[in-house]
This record gives sequence, C-alpha cells and structure tokens, in this order.
Amino acid sequence: MSQYVLRRLLIAIPSLLGISVVLFVVLALAPGDPFSELATNPNVPPEVQAALRAKFGLDDPIYLRYLHWLNAMMHGDWGFSFVSRMNVDTLILQRLPATLYVIGSAQILALLVAIPVGVYAATKPYSLFDQIANTFAFIGFSLPTFFTGLLFILIFSVTLDWLPFVYTTDVKATGIHWVLEMIRQAIMPVAVLGLFQAASMTRFVRSAMLDVIRLDYVTTARAKGLGQATVIVKHVMRNAMIPVVTLIALQMPAVFGGAIVTEQIFRIPGIGSLLISSILSNDTPVVMAVTFVFACLVVLFNLIADVLYGWLDPRISLR
Amino acid sequence: MAGLTLASPSAERGVYSPWREMWRRYSRHKLAVVSAFLLLVLILAVVVGPFVWRVKINDIDVIAGMQGPSLAHPFGTDDLGQDILARMIYGGRISLAVGLAAMLVSVFIGVLIGALAGMSRGALGHGLMWLTDLFLSLPQLPLLLLLIYLFRDGLKQVFGAEGGIFVLIVLVIGGLRWMPVARLVRAQFLSIREKEFVEAARALGASPVRQVVRHILPNALGPVIIAGTIDVAAAIIAESTLSFLGLGFPPDTPTWGRLLFDAKDFLDIGPHWALFPGGAIFIAVVAINFIGDGLRDALDARRVI
Repeated sequence: MSQYVLRRLLIAIPSLLGISVVLFVVLALAPGDPFSELATNPNVPPEVQAALRAKFGLDDPIYLRYLHWLNAMMHGDWGFSFVSRMNVDTLILQRLPATLYVIGSAQILALLVAIPVGVYAATKPYSLFDQIANTFAFIGFSLPTFFTGLLFILIFSVTLDWLPFVYTTDVKATGIHWVLEMIRQAIMPVAVLGLFQAASMTRFVRSAMLDVIRLDYVTTARAKGLGQATVIVKHVMRNAMIPVVTLIALQMPAVFGGAIVTEQIFRIPGIGSLLISSILSNDTPVVMAVTFVFACLVVLFNLIADVLYGWLDPRISLR
Repeated sequence: MAGLTLASPSAERGVYSPWREMWRRYSRHKLAVVSAFLLLVLILAVVVGPFVWRVKINDIDVIAGMQGPSLAHPFGTDDLGQDILARMIYGGRISLAVGLAAMLVSVFIGVLIGALAGMSRGALGHGLMWLTDLFLSLPQLPLLLLLIYLFRDGLKQVFGAEGGIFVLIVLVIGGLRWMPVARLVRAQFLSIREKEFVEAARALGASPVRQVVRHILPNALGPVIIAGTIDVAAAIIAESTLSFLGLGFPPDTPTWGRLLFDAKDFLDIGPHWALFPGGAIFIAVVAINFIGDGLRDALDARRVI
C-alpha cells in the first residue's frame, strides 16, 4: 500500500509540472509585460529599463524564464502584492483556512446527503422516492450556485432574518458563543455549495449502485441469507463507491469554481474572493499564485482519490 | 424483457423512418418534450422580442426606479428605472449565443482531438490522452478568470468592447470544455474502427480520412450530440458566472449574469430584479439538460424503450 501511495505521488508530479507549464505559457503569451509601467514612465531612462529587464531575466529564452519562475515558486518566493502590501505566500496562508473550512464542510454535507439518498434510490429503482430524488438532483445541478446563493440570502436573511449573510472572521464573542456564531454564519455558504455537489453526486451514487446491485455475487450474498442492510452496505456499497470516488475527484475543479462564487456572494475572506479582488485591482502576482494554489489543490484531491481507490479495491494497489 | 417485442413497432407497419423512431423515443421522456417547448419559447422570445417589446434597454427614468412588475414594466425596473424585460431580452440573446458558440468550439476541438487519438495507434494517441487528462485537472474557473484578465484588453482593441469579450469568452469556455467530448469520441473510435464495415471500407481502399469522415464519425455522433447539448448549458452557466463576478461582458451589456450581479446588492428592496434573470438562467439550463437527457433516450439505439 505504501508503495502504491508513493507511486501515485510520483505520478502527481508530472501533472503539477504540466499545469505549471500551462500557467506559465498563458502568462508569457499575454499581451503587456510586467515592466510596462516603467516603460511608459518618462522618468526612467531606457538604459535603466534595459538593465532591469536583464536583471530580472526578461530577455532570456522562454524555457530559462520558465525554469527561473518554477524555481522561485518552489522556494516559496511567490512575489509581493502591491495592493495588500505583503508577501503573496503570507496573504494566501491567511486566506486559505476559510476556503478549506467551507469546501471541506460542503463536501461532508454533500456526502451525507448523496450517499443515503443515492443508495436508497438505487435499492428501489423507479419508485416514487427514486423519481423525486432524480428530479431534485436534476434541478439541483441545473441551478447555478450564484443564483441559489442569492435565493438563500433572500429567503433566510432578508425575509426570515434567521442567518447573517456577511461572513466575518473576527466574530465578537468568546467560548461556546464563538463556535456557535462561526457555525451559524457558515450554514448558508456550506449549504449552497454542498447541495450543488450533492445533486450530481446522488446521480453518480445511484447509477454506480445500480450497476453493482445486479451482479451475481450480490444474489449469492442474499442466497446465503444475509440481511438487506448487510448486503447493501458491505457487499454492494464498497464496490459501487470505486467509480464514485473517481467521479467525485473529476468534479473537484467544478467545486473550486463553486467555492469562488460562494465566497464572493457571502463575502467569505478566502482565496476565491482574494482571486476576484486581485483581478479587479490588477494584482498579477496574487492572481497567478492563487490560480496555482487552486491547481495544486485539484491535484492533491486527485491524489487523495487515488489513495482511497487503493483502499477500496486492494487489487489496484497491487498492479 | 417485454421490450423485445416492442423494439420495432414501426418496422412492422412497413414504414420505417429513423427520424420518426427517434421522435418516438424522445417523446417518451415527457419532461424532455416540455423542455424542448420551453426552450423554443425562450429562443423565440429573445429573437422576436425586441420587435414586439420596443422599450430601450438603457432608457433611464430614476423616478420609476426599483418598481415591481407592472403593466408598463412586466418584469419591473432596476435602480435607474431601466426596463428589466427589455434588458433580459437583450441579455438572453448574448447568453444563448455564447452557449451555442462555445459548444461548437468545444465539440470541434473535442472531435478533432478524440478522432486523432482514436485513430492513431502510437505515441500520438497516448500524448493526446495525457493532454486531455491534464486539462481535466485544471481548475476551470480560476483559469477562465486568469485568461480573461490577461487577454481582455488586447482583444478589446481588435474586435471592440463587446465583440472582443464575446470572442474571448467563447474561445476560453470552449477551449476549457472539450475534454469530455474528446474522451467520448476516442472511446467510440476505438470500438468502431475495428467493426467489419470499416474493415470493408479499408479493404476497398478508402483513405483514413474517408474512413473517418464517411464511416466512423457518423456512427460516433450520438454521444457527441448529447455531450454537446449539455455543453450548451454548461457554457451558459460559465458565462453567467463570469458576468456575475463582474468579469464578463462590459457593465453596460446586460447579460443575465450581469443583471444578477447588479441586483445582488438590492435584494431587500427589489428581489424581482434578481429573480427574473436568475429564473431565466435556471429555465434555460434545466431545459437544455432535460433535452440532453431525452436525446440520450432517443439516440442510444441499443437501449430498448
């Protein structure tokens, strides 16, 4: 198993490198260059400009520039944010916990909804419950997160006045009240993101369960006299979860997209809203770094999925 | 299987038309039929709408601002008193056009890459599939935002403010959504290229291009059409998301997402402003998704219904 994990880690490195190449090429192809401000400034003489360009290696061939950039990224030298007046890595580390808290809770909520609903729907296919669950799932993933977010605010904050719609990190309370307030203000963003996730997950779980539930070994298990719960949970679910894990990992990029929107609606100070605000204020180092962090998170979740895969199906880790 | 006797009822009557058979299968999916009707109404509304509803999208009348639905303004007005119905008709044209155009881009790239990967037996196929997997693990929305951030100004100079953003958004959304199509096409090609009728074509001396265009591709189109339909919905959501984040079309272009972006700070006094465009996005997306679902029933000839 540990050998398998190591192998997956080694496979993750080329895809990280590939993503970094894509990002770098995008940046290099983009019109305008980081020194355009200096170039238009009449107070900077051309020879100083040329010296600066040489110093920062802007005239080097593109592969050298890529290697320099990669080297700097790996050493944690992510540049300086001129808007926030601090190093980009400190800025991101400040914002990351809020994002991970919301995304993580949303995933847990999605699993808590999707697995029971999907499994139950698959045990009674085409029943009333199945049809209702299917329709809701369809509506759920057709509703864009920005619209559900606004609807939730409209219903629960404006009309009912139950929940706050602005998320703050400095909650003015201590002890148990602080915890309660943190949970209270996270309910809406987590619900928006989690239910959106749950909608597509329910469909994955249902169809994966249906594929497995017809197999002969399930009939054998039933014939042995095992109860319905044992058959479903121990025999069917474990095998059905294997494709589900892959599909969930493939959904991760979409989840981060949803997280950006949710953070923006509820003004959660995470890296998603940081991305938007830095784009609006032309803060290129932060934009690049946040995109890269998102890419790393996607690769990380894919890695976790691979490890889960190996645990669910031991045959895979032997290969 | 009761379906075995039902599989070809039209054949028994002596007239068999693939189109009629497809419609029979499609019309079994009631929600898909309703959705097709809804989408037609929506398309008709945005195409014919401006000729019927002649209110300008930028008529400012601050005194009539923030009104709920009324006879003069069926969908109400925004904070500047602009008519929301007129703005939605205008924005709907853009949202639907972006959806269609981005789908065409992604299907074109996807079919091209999938076909190349499906036909080649060597390193090219592996390389293309690695590229597909790489693109699948890219974080789409951040990359979308990054690309628009970097290239916005350049394209604005070439195509003008609205045209430049349109081209950019279509290319970027399409360019980041071709991977599922490529995978589908490759999988189809791998199985179809070994079928006897392709072998027969090869034996008759058909060139690889002719084999692909005349024999393999037509048989692989079903799943592509379904994926393309769903891509339209995804592209509409992507465009609305960009506009909602304030990074899509310029502020004076009222796409549905942009209307929501403008409305989101006035939820307490003018909920209608957000509900109508949001509802329009939802109806368009859910209808397209249901149509995709119905097409899945209609085009998968192996499934008996």
